[in-house]
Amino acid sequence: MRQYEPDRPTPVEMAAIRRSLRTGRAALARRSFLGGALAVGGVGALSACGIPAAGKTQGGVSADDHSAQEKVVNFSNWPEYIDVDDSGKTHPTLDEFRKRTGITVKYTEDINDNDEFFGKIQPQLAAGQDTGRDLIVLTDWLAARMIRLGYVQQLDASHLPHAFANLSDQFRSPDWDPGRAYSYPWQGISTVVAFNKKALNGVEVKSVSDLLDNPALKGRVGLLTEMRDTVGMTMLDMGIDPGKFTDDDYDAVIARLQKAVDKGQIRRFTGNDYTSDLSKGDLAACVAWGGDIVQLQADNPDVGYVIPDSGYMTSTDNLMIPNKARHKTNAERLIDFYYEPQPAAELSAYVNYVSPVADVQPYLAKIDKGAASNPLIVPDKAMQARSHAFRALSSKEETAYQQKFAKLTGA
Amino acid sequence: MATLSEAPPPLAPAEPETKKAPRRRGRWTPYWLLLPGILWLVVFFALPMIYQGSTSIQTGSLEEGYKVTWHFATYWDALSEYWPQFLRSVFCAAAATVLCLLLGYPLAYLIAFRAGRWRNLIMILVIAPFFTSFLIRTLAWKTILADNGPVVHVLNSLHVLSVTDFLGWTAGDRVLATPLAVVCGLTYNFLPFMILPLYTSLERIDGRLHEAAGDLYAKPWTTFRKVTFPLSMPGVVSGTLLTFIPAAGDYVNAELLGSTDTRMIGNVIQTQFLRILDYPTAAALSFILMAAILAMVTIYIRRSGTEDLV
Repeated sequence: MRQYEPDRPTPVEMAAIRRSLRTGRAALARRSFLGGALAVGGVGALSACGIPAAGKTQGGVSADDHSAQEKVVNFSNWPEYIDVDDSGKTHPTLDEFRKRTGITVKYTEDINDNDEFFGKIQPQLAAGQDTGRDLIVLTDWLAARMIRLGYVQQLDASHLPHAFANLSDQFRSPDWDPGRAYSYPWQGISTVVAFNKKALNGVEVKSVSDLLDNPALKGRVGLLTEMRDTVGMTMLDMGIDPGKFTDDDYDAVIARLQKAVDKGQIRRFTGNDYTSDLSKGDLAACVAWGGDIVQLQADNPDVGYVIPDSGYMTSTDNLMIPNKARHKTNAERLIDFYYEPQPAAELSAYVNYVSPVADVQPYLAKIDKGAASNPLIVPDKAMQARSHAFRALSSKEETAYQQKFAKLTGA
Repeated sequence: MATLSEAPPPLAPAEPETKKAPRRRGRWTPYWLLLPGILWLVVFFALPMIYQGSTSIQTGSLEEGYKVTWHFATYWDALSEYWPQFLRSVFCAAAATVLCLLLGYPLAYLIAFRAGRWRNLIMILVIAPFFTSFLIRTLAWKTILADNGPVVHVLNSLHVLSVTDFLGWTAGDRVLATPLAVVCGLTYNFLPFMILPLYTSLERIDGRLHEAAGDLYAKPWTTFRKVTFPLSMPGVVSGTLLTFIPAAGDYVNAELLGSTDTRMIGNVIQTQFLRILDYPTAAALSFILMAAILAMVTIYIRRSGTEDLV
């Protein structure tokens, strides 16, 4: 969900590098060693292991709040997901926050992949330990899982006046966090159909059906490995509501996608790395994330996008405070700061994703006119009306659906 | 720690004992030297193995936690579900290993016997790709093999792609996102692991043996077959192992250069562990992969008949 940077490996690629260097498994094993699972003898050692059940405490587990004494907040975010000044070293909005509140933000770009990051912090959270982070940014479905598992803390509404007032209606009440008790969006993501005009060579692409069926595009269509985006877009195309579908609906969608895979229509299921394929023209058309398309278009005028008549999927990356965070109040003040229109506009002008702040447009227009009129950054009312969100899944559904989707993608 | 208390007192009064002391200390020296390595293996190999073995026979879910229930059926389920990916991994890794050997042997031979003053330069060229990340190198192949790139154009105009398409190695007019691309990526990425041990083995061969073979009327080919190749066998064996083993577990090449029909077992394990959160199946698959590789390697070493591996 990050931006396109032609000369650098994308976050997905970096995540793969890091994964190949040290796996989550090794980290887990080290933990169990330190924890004293140094039981000798095969059977004893085998039985001694195990993963404890997730804490079911709704509302999460708080620690003593050190916000007043320690004027810091540890903020973990995705790479290139915040404004950077021309020198490339400082983040103007974070500096502004420090000037105003005296709170220093320790900003770390250590979230490269939702799955991987969950693997990293899950053992600590399951053991009821502080992760060392006060604020993290996770995509909807993982945010929902974190709430379900009781890994994040309820937010104190009295610290969030701007956030409450300015949150865009589109994102106000997802079914996995009604009323935003645990999370606030950092940025919104529109999932659209993108294409490379040169590679299309006159073929018209208007819907997901075109991607899956048009023989002229055989072997040059990309879909996303993010299950909710690929399946959601296909559901809309088939007239199924991604907000309330059944198991049978899901199976029908998988069957439809499987047919396209078997025909050789789909070149690849991709993460962020579809951006270079699309720009080069190896992919003629694909399901894509809006923010990436804004970036790609700046470098390559052949890249275009279309919002299918059947609608498009939206999701958000959400700010959350994990259990045992030491600086909860500071973290809440930072969330609230980004819901003031001015900082929100500065952020959006840089990252090119959908701003979750309702009246950001006039502020954004002062910084960047083009961005303010781009529906991928500031969706208008008509566009918002066509947006859909994927419904929350129970953990059973999640496993079953992911299994089926993994099978579709080859493993 | 127990060994410390057993060490003799440093200042022993009687003469014969002072003579004994250095000998006793010497007896423990090998163990002290082994200690860091053993600790390393225990912490980073043995314990993860135990943990993983335990995980593979657990059942449960993230919400309820995982408990050891001795559920060995996971192994059977995993194997019957994912045997095609296992076979594919072995096949792709074997193909890449053979290609590496065919490409690497002549080059190692050249460096060892014919390169002269160019030897160091060529060695640097072999190793140079390691200075960039594995991932960047694999991504470079996406540019090289791009649909509109020169390589695909040449292959197309020579009708090579219609042959490989017929064989099922490629699909249509493209190389990327096909089995051929994955095997090429594997070959490229693991080639230095083949060349370096081959070179070490070849370089050790006394040049006078070649002269002697010539004196005994062996033609160059016979010399190679009867003298050079047998003497380089340790290099061949360790080179193929160093290529095959990591290639069989690799998932980056299949992820970036492949498609849905080229997913290897590494991809399955990654998906099961990180995305589906089915830790038992992921652990069982890892064990099956390890056992399969171990069995294949054992048979291979037995049959190749070499004792030393460099």
